[in-house]
Amino acid sequence: MNSVVVSFNQALSLILHLDRELLSIILLSLRVSGSALFIAAAVGVPLAALMAFGRFSLRGLCVSLLDTLMGLPPVVVGLFVYLLLSRSGPLGFLALLYTPSAMIIAQTILALPIVASLSHSAIVSVDPVIAQAASTLGATPSQISMAVIREARYGIMSGIMAAFGRVMAEVGAILIVGGNIAGFTRVMTTTIALETDKGNFEFALALGIILLAISMAINLALNVIRRKGGTERQR
Amino acid sequence: MRLSISRISKAYSGHTIFEDCSWVVDREGVYVVMGPNGSGKSTLLRICALLEKPDCGEVAYFSGNKRLTEAISLKRRMTLVFPQVGIFNATVFDNIAYGLKIRGAGKQEIEEKTSAMLGLARLTEKRNQCALSLSSGEKQRLGIARALVIEPEVLFLDEPTASIDEMNARLIEEIILDKKKSGMRIIMSTHDQMQAERLADQILLIKNRKLEEIKG
Ligand SMILES: Nc1ncnc2c1ncn2[C@@H]1O[C@H](COP(=O)(O)OP(=O)(O)OP(=O)(O)O)[C@@H](O)[C@H]1O
Ligand SMILES: [Mg+2]
Repeated sequence: MNSVVVSFNQALSLILHLDRELLSIILLSLRVSGSALFIAAAVGVPLAALMAFGRFSLRGLCVSLLDTLMGLPPVVVGLFVYLLLSRSGPLGFLALLYTPSAMIIAQTILALPIVASLSHSAIVSVDPVIAQAASTLGATPSQISMAVIREARYGIMSGIMAAFGRVMAEVGAILIVGGNIAGFTRVMTTTIALETDKGNFEFALALGIILLAISMAINLALNVIRRKGGTERQR
Repeated sequence: MRLSISRISKAYSGHTIFEDCSWVVDREGVYVVMGPNGSGKSTLLRICALLEKPDCGEVAYFSGNKRLTEAISLKRRMTLVFPQVGIFNATVFDNIAYGLKIRGAGKQEIEEKTSAMLGLARLTEKRNQCALSLSSGEKQRLGIARALVIEPEVLFLDEPTASIDEMNARLIEEIILDKKKSGMRIIMSTHDQMQAERLADQILLIKNRKLEEIKG
């Protein structure tokens, strides 16, 4: 019992003194997950729009495929990216394995289906009267699509936040392709996993506290966004 | 701009709404469409506003003797306000400005015309409020202001005063009469016989899948 209190105190002091190593790990986490999220949003939102407004065969299949990919186990993604990037793999020549880039690739693959699928459902659940109103006011087909996407913006943002929450908390994929190399590919979740193993509780605990704070902030943001977008259907 | 529908028929899943109906709107004025629930008033307005095609027959707009081709440029000369309005999740100002923005209007023009519409619809105080939080009477007025800002030549109003109070209804009627004076063609539906008599230059009754012109 006593040792828990001691660890906890030491963890707090690490946080309060802005421990250099701690800080660099947190920043790398944010950089990797942030980049992955940025790419996933840049690709995923247009993809969602294409699936919502596009007229092509296999559209239904694409939607259900994305829904399935949303639940991809991170370790499987890690393994897949590892095989792709390993020296004998098809992209081995890029020498990306065990770099932050590899971690970004893996997390992008995890985040993309979440962003695309949740954005898609946000867009298709916009009340049809919105498209109708835009149309009667003289909007061209692409302007109508834009009006509908704008109407879905809070749903899209909450999809992006949900993906952020997931990649920030994820450890399987990032550990396999990043390797948890000190000062280079070590991020919050992988450090917690490995420092706990080594009995270095205060460091793990400090990261755990930060990670919790971040996910609380994400949830808070999600709640605010949901409340703003809470007026979906009109009479 | 003259609207001419000739020999149109329309059915939904085997249920006929119109059969071989013709009608011409060639002068400015207020045209009021009446008929019981489900008789096809909204359907007629949607067909005239080029939002829906009849099964057969023709809906055409003419300028003089020249038939206008059905393109976005023609659609932009008319607009229809639905009873559900379809308010965007944005401020009252941005809702009204929408039609101008998509036409590529400049900042100054948007500011001037939108402010004028805010005044007309008595919504100036609500300018920066989120439009979704308006009352239903205010939403109805917003819908009309948002339609009028683009200065349509033909304005379709589907039950513009349904489920709103007497005062709001009168305000909307004033706007309608005011726009008629400026040369607009206004085609509206209503269930209110008194209102129809106050406003209409012509009343069009939908009866037994036919159109009957009553007054004018
Ligand atoms: N998109 C549609 N698909 C199938 N049936 C439709 C559709 N639109 C209208 N109808 C049917 O056509 C008939 C006429 O509908 P419409 O909305 O034009 O009536 P209305 O005169 O406007 O009625 P109300 O006074 O209730 O507004 C109704 O029986 C309705 O159920
Ligand atoms: Mg109707």
